[in-house]
Amino acid sequence: MPDFLLYALLSGLGVALVAGPLGALVVWRRMAYFGDTLAHSALLGVTFGLLLNVNLNLAVAVGCLLLALILVALQHNRLLATDTLLGILSHSTLALGLVMVSLFTNSRIDLLGYLFGDILSASAVDVVTVWVISVLVSALLLLLWRPLLAITVHEDLAHVEGVPVTAVRTALMLLMALVIAIAMKVVGVLLITALLIIPAATSRRLTRSPEAMALVASLLGALSVAGGLGASFVWDSPAGPSIVLCATALFALSLLKRADG
Amino acid sequence: MPEALLSARGIAVQRGGRTILHGADLTLEPGKIVTLIGPNGAGKTTLVRCVLGLIRPDAGVLERRPGLRIGYMPQKLHIDPSLPLTVKRFLTLGGKPRLPLREVVTLTGIEELLGATMSNLSGGETQRVLLARALLRDPNLLVLDEPVQGVDVTGQEALYQLINDIRRQRECGVLLVSHDLHLVMATTDTVICLNQHVCCHGHPDQVTSDPAYQALFGEKAKPLVAPYTHHHDHKHDDHGNIVDLDNTHDHA
Repeated sequence: MPDFLLYALLSGLGVALVAGPLGALVVWRRMAYFGDTLAHSALLGVTFGLLLNVNLNLAVAVGCLLLALILVALQHNRLLATDTLLGILSHSTLALGLVMVSLFTNSRIDLLGYLFGDILSASAVDVVTVWVISVLVSALLLLLWRPLLAITVHEDLAHVEGVPVTAVRTALMLLMALVIAIAMKVVGVLLITALLIIPAATSRRLTRSPEAMALVASLLGALSVAGGLGASFVWDSPAGPSIVLCATALFALSLLKRADG
Repeated sequence: MPEALLSARGIAVQRGGRTILHGADLTLEPGKIVTLIGPNGAGKTTLVRCVLGLIRPDAGVLERRPGLRIGYMPQKLHIDPSLPLTVKRFLTLGGKPRLPLREVVTLTGIEELLGATMSNLSGGETQRVLLARALLRDPNLLVLDEPVQGVDVTGQEALYQLINDIRRQRECGVLLVSHDLHLVMATTDTVICLNQHVCCHGHPDQVTSDPAYQALFGEKAKPLVAPYTHHHDHKHDDHGNIVDLDNTHDHA
């Protein structure tokens, strides 16, 4: 296997590992649109990272977090529904990112790579970064798993039972921002949510407990990464979209199974 | 008189410059059931949220007995069908149970539901599972928000009976929010009739003959009565206004 393919596979698998449990939470909590909005703002983070010459992963994670905080602040304005606010933020940050990229970076950067992923150019350093963040986020998810499930089921009930609801919810946003930062390399800002929700949705039809759903989602994500990269290698198709299509194919297959539970 | 589990005095809550609740007093004692009634928008939920510590009142004093453990049964539970959660798993989501799971499961009669998926339960089943989760904390105060919602009539009676048994056995205080006056009255020790402030309170007999109560729920004040309490009015109309409630109470 050529080096570039090995690095691509390893970084893809690293993202798939954490995308399983995180994606399951996104599906249960109906946060798909929220994830999209965070991901779209990632491009803005990239631009600022390039302008200020800081680590891009860090810039993206910080950018996503700032956006999440803006959203929380805007939610106090009760005139507009959350999905309207998300739509405004999602598309204006994407547009701003695109404008900033073309104005300030002399088009030195590969815009398509950020939008749709550039996994085939992953380096050894990328692989290490992905795995460090993936393992860290997975560990934190494991640690917070019961409170996360509790607030997903009923926030007030969890609060009365002693769960620090706001802290747990903020932690989830932070973890999501970190995962978006590493997933951007694999499938790009426009397709990150797909990598989170499609394997989890497929997994729902195959499993009967929250933990099984999260683990099987990781496995399905890993399969999609391997399949997508294989397809990309054989047919020279773009890698990120191929990975997403592979996940979709698995979802379509799962529809053949009768849903139970 | 036993030491109060929780006492609230002069509770006031404002939201967006509008007063939702003012001067509300409430005392909860071990082994006693307090029922909160009142039309929609009367501030019942707001007062309950203060008791639960979910919101901080803008004015007033709220004292909890040290070591107070609240078992809370929320009004509604919506679990996304995408979350494969069995009843057994749901029960342990509240942390390590303080009472034996089997004991609580038997008491609430949900033995056969343990393996079922939460999102497939009927209204009555969901309510009993929620009650079981509240009981697993071995609470000294139970807060039940509209506990019989979505439960059929025979189930309602059984559920109230169960709540009544529990407070006798466990000596825990109960705060109940309800608009189903007829069934509630039989077991309630104190009724608090709320309409942004405490209109009247006391034993059910006292309250139902109180002019403030009659003004709130009787014929004269029909426009004030929220849609969902309306069906009580119809029942009143059939038999004559307050007499109906008194009869119900005498039967019980």
